[in-house]
Amino acid sequence: MTTPEIPQRSWSQRWHVKGVGWTALLVALLVGSSKMTGVDVGMFFSNFDQFTNLLVRMSQPAWSYVPIIIQPLYETIQMAILGTTIGTVFAVPFAVLAASNLVHNQWLRGIIRLILDLVRTLPDLLLAAIFVAIFGIGSTAGVITLAIFSFGMISKLFYEVIETIDMGPLEAMESVGASKVTIIWYAVLPQIMNQFVSYFLYTLEINVRASTVLGYLGAGGIGVFLQRSLSEFDYNKTAVIILATLVVVMVIDGVSNHLRRVLL
Amino acid sequence: MNMQTTMTNKPEKPVHLNPWRRWSWLIWLVLVAGVYTWAITGLHFTGLQESAGSVSKSIVHGLVNPDWAYVYNGSGEDLVSLIIQTLAIALLGTFVSALISVPFAFWAARGEHEWGHLRSGSGKIVLTLIRTFPEIVLAIMFIKAVGPGSYAGVLAVSIHSIGMLGKLFSEAIENMDRGAEEAIVSAGGNSPQVFMLATIPTIMPEFISYTLYRFEIAVRSASILGMVGAGGIGTPMIFAIQTRAWSRVGIILLGIVVMVLLIDTLSEQLRKRLI
Repeated sequence: MTTPEIPQRSWSQRWHVKGVGWTALLVALLVGSSKMTGVDVGMFFSNFDQFTNLLVRMSQPAWSYVPIIIQPLYETIQMAILGTTIGTVFAVPFAVLAASNLVHNQWLRGIIRLILDLVRTLPDLLLAAIFVAIFGIGSTAGVITLAIFSFGMISKLFYEVIETIDMGPLEAMESVGASKVTIIWYAVLPQIMNQFVSYFLYTLEINVRASTVLGYLGAGGIGVFLQRSLSEFDYNKTAVIILATLVVVMVIDGVSNHLRRVLL
Repeated sequence: MNMQTTMTNKPEKPVHLNPWRRWSWLIWLVLVAGVYTWAITGLHFTGLQESAGSVSKSIVHGLVNPDWAYVYNGSGEDLVSLIIQTLAIALLGTFVSALISVPFAFWAARGEHEWGHLRSGSGKIVLTLIRTFPEIVLAIMFIKAVGPGSYAGVLAVSIHSIGMLGKLFSEAIENMDRGAEEAIVSAGGNSPQVFMLATIPTIMPEFISYTLYRFEIAVRSASILGMVGAGGIGTPMIFAIQTRAWSRVGIILLGIVVMVLLIDTLSEQLRKRLI
């Protein structure tokens, strides 16, 4: 019987080269970042009374402001619904073209995915700023911003769903000579419909959150009032707006979560 | 023997116990139609500018002919310096937020104990409140405290990210494998030992992976926080849009797209190696 060999640690393992290296890199990046951003913990605390002053004023919400912001809150939800819907309508064909189990042409798929990746890199407020410049101040810019934002998000979620479907029904229909459109209608759609609707609602939740701040740059909805109250230093109005936004977001989340649970 | 080979009676129709079920699609249709009518009639698309066409044309022209001179000019106010500053805001903000999120996550994670529901429920509500508080309002509040600049951006990112990171972390804790913890307990370890030897090593890869994912999002938000004065690439962006300097807008957009794509790819590679 041979004596069992004790496993030897290599030199790099014994000195934890990897761990030390990653830690050193992280520390260097953090130190560099704090130098660059001028982080000064002391300054935050020396100005803390200003911050608490602001919080104190926000803790006394001006409830009389509530009736004024109901209409813009509705507008915010309406913007989110329309924007998400328009984005979804455009996302569906792109999702089909980007799915590897439906489109076998690698080039076409690659180009479509590149477009989708590029669209997803753009932050929503940045899009809003540009569309306000094009379409002027108002909810049109907001709807278009949300449409593009949800287009990027939904097309990715959708093609990932499409890629997970069971290929059996598709092959069955293909073998009896069904056309592409017929196959998508009878074999693909029934398998993905519920998940599509669920992701649509999820995107709607995110868009309701996003649309509450888009108005800050002039793209309609409650954000316009948010910007106004902040620039007039009416922090008790800001507090009402934030609380109202919170209620709306929670109601929409609740409804959407309930619907999604029914669906799946 | 008489074997019956054909069916003489049709099978009975399925009985719907609830007659509403047959008509539920109609109710849904009416509901959805109602919601859309409300949404479309509620918005007025009157604010359209006549100049929309010419402005879009000049935007496209600016995007096609970006202002390459802005990429680097050594002033510290150029594209490369500000993109690095944006990344610095995101990195520092995400790191601080990850540290603060850990106690929040343990607060919000549901445990096995009877009283745990109240504790985790309250933690989840707090995290939702933080998540819903708009990030740009946070940024504006911190600008009041520390003045305009990237420091306010770092603070805004670090506080806002707690909402999402705390939620993801707490879900990781709820779903973690308890085997290692039980092993330490059965070997007679006390709770600090269980925490250090079993809990932390088990959930660390997931925590790091979520932090990297959140970093990707923080890069996007750091690039827009500048629009309200909280440092990074957003500040020159909003100035360029306001002054209609479209070739400047073009180069900044290009810079943001390249930055986000690079960070996403890098973070995705790192996350793939982790889990």
